[in-house]
Amino acid sequence: AAFLLNDGTKNGETFAPAKDQFQEELVIRPLHSGDIYASFQFRTLWDTDFLQEGQKKVSHYRLFPKSLGQVLSKFSVQELHISFTQGFWRTMQWGQPFIPSPPGAELWVWFHDTVSDVDGNWKELTNVLSGIFCASLNFIDMTNTVQPSASFKPLGLGNATDHRFLRYATLPREIVCTENLTPWKKLLPCGSKAGLAVLMKSEKLFHSSFHSQAVHIRPICQDEQCTSKAWELRQTLNVVFDHYTSGQGKKEWSLFKMFSRTLTEACPLASSSKVYVDITDNPELFELSPATPLLSQAVVLGDRRTYSVYDLTRAETFGQLRSFNLLLRWKGDNMLRPLLHAERYVAGFGLQTGEIHTVIYNNHPYRAFPVLLMDSVPWYLQLYIHTLTVTSKSRDNKPSYIHYQPAKDRHRPHLLEMLIQLPPHSMTEVTVQFERALLKWTEYTPDPNHGFYVGSSVVSALVPSMVAMSTNFTQDQPLFSSFVPVKEESSYFVRVYTEPLLVNLPTPDFSMPYNVICLTCTVVAVGYGSFYNLLTRTFQVDEPSPPLAKRLANFIRRIRGVPLLA
Amino acid sequence: MSHDFLQMHLKAVISCLLIFLYKVHTTKAGQFFSSGHTNNWAVLVCTSRFWFNYRHVANTLSVYRSVKRLGIPDSHIVLMLADDMACNYRNPKPATVFSHKNMELNVYGDDVEVDYRGYEVTVENFLRVLTGRLPPSTPRSKRLLSDDRSNILIYLTGHGGNGFLKFQDSEEISNMELADAFEQMWQKRRYNELLFIIDTCQGASMYERFYSPNLMALASSQVGEDSLSHQPDLAIGVHLMDKYTFYLLEFLEEVHPASQANMNDLFKVCPQSQCVSTPGHRTDLFQRDPGSVLITDFFGSVRKVEITKDTINLTSPVEPPIQRSGSGDIQIESLTYVDQLPVAEIIHQKPKQKDWHPPDGFILGLWTLILLVFFQTYGIKHLKHIF
Repeated sequence: AAFLLNDGTKNGETFAPAKDQFQEELVIRPLHSGDIYASFQFRTLWDTDFLQEGQKKVSHYRLFPKSLGQVLSKFSVQELHISFTQGFWRTMQWGQPFIPSPPGAELWVWFHDTVSDVDGNWKELTNVLSGIFCASLNFIDMTNTVQPSASFKPLGLGNATDHRFLRYATLPREIVCTENLTPWKKLLPCGSKAGLAVLMKSEKLFHSSFHSQAVHIRPICQDEQCTSKAWELRQTLNVVFDHYTSGQGKKEWSLFKMFSRTLTEACPLASSSKVYVDITDNPELFELSPATPLLSQAVVLGDRRTYSVYDLTRAETFGQLRSFNLLLRWKGDNMLRPLLHAERYVAGFGLQTGEIHTVIYNNHPYRAFPVLLMDSVPWYLQLYIHTLTVTSKSRDNKPSYIHYQPAKDRHRPHLLEMLIQLPPHSMTEVTVQFERALLKWTEYTPDPNHGFYVGSSVVSALVPSMVAMSTNFTQDQPLFSSFVPVKEESSYFVRVYTEPLLVNLPTPDFSMPYNVICLTCTVVAVGYGSFYNLLTRTFQVDEPSPPLAKRLANFIRRIRGVPLLA
Repeated sequence: MSHDFLQMHLKAVISCLLIFLYKVHTTKAGQFFSSGHTNNWAVLVCTSRFWFNYRHVANTLSVYRSVKRLGIPDSHIVLMLADDMACNYRNPKPATVFSHKNMELNVYGDDVEVDYRGYEVTVENFLRVLTGRLPPSTPRSKRLLSDDRSNILIYLTGHGGNGFLKFQDSEEISNMELADAFEQMWQKRRYNELLFIIDTCQGASMYERFYSPNLMALASSQVGEDSLSHQPDLAIGVHLMDKYTFYLLEFLEEVHPASQANMNDLFKVCPQSQCVSTPGHRTDLFQRDPGSVLITDFFGSVRKVEITKDTINLTSPVEPPIQRSGSGDIQIESLTYVDQLPVAEIIHQKPKQKDWHPPDGFILGLWTLILLVFFQTYGIKHLKHIF
């Protein structure tokens, strides 16, 4: 069949030029332990208004995925951040990540201030997202959602700082596997067919020390004057490949070895497609092939770093073989020690009480800075807040702001937020005792002896920077350095997640109902039953029937009238 | 005269012939469009948790793979896996689930979409999916949106016994519940024909209570027999597949979308010599003869294509995107980003106004008690001094 499209210009109207653009980039950073950190970022910018009222709802989607656009307009979402992580980011060995994320699934959303029922929207939003990402996000409900009062300020534009419109939840138990990667890849304009996304083969990505995929949606400034806003969708994928699984002792990596694929073309819908390689550490000991004259300097996470840039939109990057395989060899060992680092563990013994210790390290030699610690503990660990102590350098350190919301059994979790000033070059320890609750027997998971997870603590801080950061917003900034808006030059914002905790709750023996029924029935049958029989039965003597000869003899004797035989 | 008679006779014969040919033509075309179903769905469930039940996940994924290969799209498949084997920390090759030893075939693939996973695979969710009674906020991918012209394939695997199937080692579904669920589906016209395959120990007990029409059932073993697992892989350390599903997968690998294999071939899969247990089947509730039912009626997907050479005019134009009104005279304030950690603001933050709640039950009860005691001792006449 042939279809005839009606030409828009026939009516005298002209279509406005498309106002969306797509950029993709890959940053490769060798870590000093021999591992290699690869970070993919895909950004779609779209000048539109999802929150429009009336019948002129957005209906023509080009680069922005329609499933997410419909979610934004239906639930009046101002900002959405969702991440799925497998593994734990080791800050002391690997430094700071570009975009941090806690193990499991994390979802935090700022709703628009026109929303009247935030909880209802939140519940429906989690269900819809669980369908989009094939994850069990429908387990997010009131028992693990919190409303932080000072952490998680919006990362995008907006004046909504009323924390009634913020919801935060984590699922530390959530598994990430190919079934989460598949729908995530489908949200990209080129899918996994062209551009940098062809490198995402699940067999290699999940055979790693750390894997995190995230979607961040927020409104941002379109230009320097910031008179109009555009919606930004960032999809990020951070992977840390393990040095030792390659089986070699040398620090040598290539794109083919990491991803089992090479790059053949940039995504045709992308306005920019670049690969950055961090060569700051010991550039003379670095061997990079194919060599490139393009170098770029960027200030990221308070440090000035040098990158080799490969532009995939230019055909000469791919060389003769039309295939781009990056090879790098390095021998350097230096790493900038991260200034902020946090750990968390459970102390104590037995299944009744315990103690949560959160340790925060400030490695700056002479500067003190404040950190905001946010802890969300499920209701079945009953915290005793009167035992909360904060000590730095073995002296009491009183926080300048504490917000505590106690838990309600089966209704909401504990929320503890504290603003602590960390003295320079010190270790601060926050301890709180808790008691474990006994759950109802239907509330236990099918595998309760595995333990119950407690989500990571979040430490947000403005860390003093060694290098002056630039507060100007430019379009050419690489994506990895422009995620968090910079307000002042001397410090940068960083978020550190601690480990999640795995706590054993007193677990009943689930075969006990069956055992009790068996035992009770046996006792009743044997004990009471025999007693009842003894009392109510009458006994009669029963003679066995005599043999035939005797019976015949007795018969004859009866006839004769003579006494019978015994 | 006779000439006219002959002509009339000839005309009558020719018209009869034409009518006869026309009827034959329409019945062929009619047949093409009047087959029973118009769409296909599949509900594939693995009910076992823990690493040593790897084979149940591999069973379900191999049926998923065959069903996808033969044409059923992900939107029409509800896949329920009770535990994650592919990205389990004990899996030496992450993101893979193998069905043949020596890691020959990765049934997990690269584009799998699991709808219900982990703790979500419960008896309640399974029955809700079948009967369609799900909460309104359930996404489409988690629903079985079948109608009265759908052919549904239901595959269950796990640990079972005489009359029940165990879900995640903590609850069971009985054969009566399953039969009732299918009856609900029939009364709500949620299926045209349904094929039920179960691979558990004593699987035949699960279909002996069915009573709804248009159901065909297959099981891997009879009552009193155990279904056995096939081969272990020494690198992974567990048994990879169950015998029945292994041979079922081998059979399905030879089926392609245009294949004419029918249900009688499916009944012959895995005879006792290969399976050790005796597979059973039940067709008395099924209206058609199993020999005329194609494998692809349940495992594949129906696509009725009508080719036409007509031109169709699309008259409604695409709506142009909304033009924003010019910002000429209006003073637009420049928007700013929010401060991420405004220390001064946080320290001086006022506690947020809590919504007023009516007093708790305990407080109310306590006050009622105090008032009652007061009026008891001092009498009701003092009431006027208060009010």
